[in-house]
Amino acid sequence: MKLKQLEGHLGGLQQFSNPKVELEQYPTGPHIASRMLFTAENSFGDVSGKVVADFGCGCGTLGVAAALLGAEQVIGIDIDAQSLEIAAENAEDLELDMDFIQCNIKNLGWRASVVDTVVMNPPFGTRNKGADMDFLSVALKVASQAVYSLHKTSTRDHVKRAALQNFSASSAEVICELRYDVPQLYKFHKKREVDIAVDLWRFVPRSI
Amino acid sequence: MRLLTHNMLSSNIKGVTNGFPLRIEIEKVVEKQVEFNPDFLKNMFPKIEWKALVNASHSMGYVELPEEVEPSRLDSEDFLHKFHHALLELHLEEGALVCPETGRRFPVSKGIPNMLLHEDEV
Repeated sequence: MKLKQLEGHLGGLQQFSNPKVELEQYPTGPHIASRMLFTAENSFGDVSGKVVADFGCGCGTLGVAAALLGAEQVIGIDIDAQSLEIAAENAEDLELDMDFIQCNIKNLGWRASVVDTVVMNPPFGTRNKGADMDFLSVALKVASQAVYSLHKTSTRDHVKRAALQNFSASSAEVICELRYDVPQLYKFHKKREVDIAVDLWRFVPRSI
Repeated sequence: MRLLTHNMLSSNIKGVTNGFPLRIEIEKVVEKQVEFNPDFLKNMFPKIEWKALVNASHSMGYVELPEEVEPSRLDSEDFLHKFHHALLELHLEEGALVCPETGRRFPVSKGIPNMLLHEDEV
């Protein structure tokens, strides 16, 4: 599938009808999501034929992108039942078979070694401090091959150190820097739209 | 929820040492056909807890999987089709997953297990 096609499919997905600020629910835009999964597949071969988990899947954009690129099994995990319902509808609309689990990522009970790749757009931890690092810590335990994640560029050094030293990643590389346009979703947003710089990371977990 | 997902999930309640495999309670099972991919199955086989898969497929009403299996069986097309069916085509649509140690039920609704823990379980 071509990048443009992928982006087109993702642009048609339903997004949060009633986003919850405490969960930092921001949709992953089709531009970023398509590039993230396209790179994972075409530069690293981490998607097609693999078991992919989408952590904090929200409305399922990244997971849907993985399924469209030929992942054998995609599992979306989110704490919020309403988001999962939308994600399941999105998958069904595109005739994709995906599994979903309602769970707090922090408390996920999971045998390692089955999931190849974790993709995620974690909460950036602006409301719930440390949430992004909780996600990364679990992702690096669950994935056997690679973790793709978005983090604010301003936290780059911190993310690298945490991944390598605290969570025993064997590598942590920024693949590219992207602009994440945050639409005016919540009342506290004063501007109509803001751009923040985010890094697309690829982490390799410690070999088992 | 497919049995592949069941094969990796465990109960993570505080204090539980052996939360795997979750017992399955059934209200409704659905079957959805997916494309047969022998390479994927061969790759998955060593990562699967076989006994858990056999028992789970039994509780879903599918009894074709052998209790014990040698890796050489992967050369058999017939075996691979059964493995494929159990792992990827049986879905628990309504029912529950039950912690083997505490008996705590995690409900499954519209195919989605609710694994959220209560405050005193974290």
